[in-house]
Amino acid sequence: MRRYSVFAIAREAMRHHTGWERAWASPEPRASYDVVIVGAGGHGLATAYYLGKNFGITNVAVIEKGWLGGGNTGRNTTIIRSNYLQDPSAAIYDKALSLYENLSQDLNYNVMFSPRGLLMLAQTHHEVRGYLRTVHANNLQGVKTEWIGPEKVKELVPIINIHGPRYPILGALYQERGGTARHDAVAWGYARACSAMGMHIIQQCEVTGVRSEGGQVTGVDTTKGHIGCKKLGIVVAGHSGQVAAMAGFRLPVESMALQALVSEPIKPCMDVVVMANTVHGYMSQSDKGEMVIGGGTDGFNNYTQRGSFHHIEETLRALIETFPMISRLKMLRQWGGIVDMTGDRSPLISKTPLGNCFINCGWGTGGFKAIPGSGWAMAELVAKGEPGPLAAEFSIDRFKEGRFIDESVAAGVAH
Amino acid sequence: MLILECPHCGIRAEETELAPGGEAHLKRFGPGSSDQEFEDYMFARKNPKGVHFERWRHAYGCGKWFIAARCTATLEVFGTYPAQTAAPPQHIIDAVKTRRPGWEGYK
Repeated sequence: MRRYSVFAIAREAMRHHTGWERAWASPEPRASYDVVIVGAGGHGLATAYYLGKNFGITNVAVIEKGWLGGGNTGRNTTIIRSNYLQDPSAAIYDKALSLYENLSQDLNYNVMFSPRGLLMLAQTHHEVRGYLRTVHANNLQGVKTEWIGPEKVKELVPIINIHGPRYPILGALYQERGGTARHDAVAWGYARACSAMGMHIIQQCEVTGVRSEGGQVTGVDTTKGHIGCKKLGIVVAGHSGQVAAMAGFRLPVESMALQALVSEPIKPCMDVVVMANTVHGYMSQSDKGEMVIGGGTDGFNNYTQRGSFHHIEETLRALIETFPMISRLKMLRQWGGIVDMTGDRSPLISKTPLGNCFINCGWGTGGFKAIPGSGWAMAELVAKGEPGPLAAEFSIDRFKEGRFIDESVAAGVAH
Repeated sequence: MLILECPHCGIRAEETELAPGGEAHLKRFGPGSSDQEFEDYMFARKNPKGVHFERWRHAYGCGKWFIAARCTATLEVFGTYPAQTAAPPQHIIDAVKTRRPGWEGYK
């Protein structure tokens, strides 16, 4: 891998940009690998990357039915934060945030991490009490967040209307380290780094079956033939239930559509991320000037990557009251992703009934921010066969044992 | 937008009138059941990519529960029937099989 640097730009400028090499190779699959990861989204690629970086395991293939980063990694609102109430969530999301802070240098790829600060608005008295509690919990966890009043919110976000009749701003939970990153670049950066370590990233290769013998996976059948493996990692988000069914077990997961949309580009008007959980509206401004807006999930099972129009309408109706100046904005694009929701709305990084098969899924509506931490924890699980401290609480057994990580209430639904 | 016909009042209701209620025909397990059965009843879901049977409530209409047979991969609706039905009725199964000849049947 030729490193990207200011000198590389200068060198290529001198020779009409003829020397740039492809960021990652597209090899044909070998007959077998030490580890096969199904799913080349952010989480799958990060898992592969940390397998190589932390454990020296590089005989790895990441197989992907579509194109790299083409699922939820390329469909989210790119928000990064770690202000969670429960300890296991705060630990893994804060690990992810710490890794994001240095990810561009680590990968030698500009992921455009922008720690611009993040506000979670409190618009009901219930939320005020909930966020005050979260701030105290965060301080105990070593995650720096603070509670700020409406005047400070107005100072940080001049376009906000703090006196909305239905949804007044009563204050906010503020995480200064939170922000956004370029979602595609995260996938591309990991892919390039994995490829440089000699790993195979195989796109347009759909898994059609999982072969096992005596409780151990021996390989996967794909549209490019059979690929053997000593260990299998399933990291496929919305389709986790489908791949798990091929492997012969069921998951506490349901797949639903989650939508996002962007407006036409406008001049810079908001330099923090604002989340309004009561009304399911999340908004930030991209570097291009588009207002990036996320909403809530549809309530029913869906694999179509498109959601219901009335959910967008509800989100925008509430956001217009909070940000009156966006009322005349035209929306440019709208899209949906299929998110995998678990019973307690927290993820699974877990062993499975098959001894050498591991699963990482259930990130639901909050996967992007977790990518580096999720990959870090999953790599440890795959390499050692046992979960490390970050992953231990996210075992699938918690549903049997009643040890839920109840963030769906704690985090005010949004993740 | 999803449009389902309420089998109780006969109204073709669009989604904003309806409230989704999750997978239908769950077999209930309570005291005396094994841990595995109880866990499956509480959390394990079929989550199929294809034909799915799920509960809906005509929330802003007659207020009654019903069950819809629907395809999660295309959003096609095969039919609806009252929630007081223990298993998918024959005419619904026939309607699914007409449009999904490869369907393996309700399991």
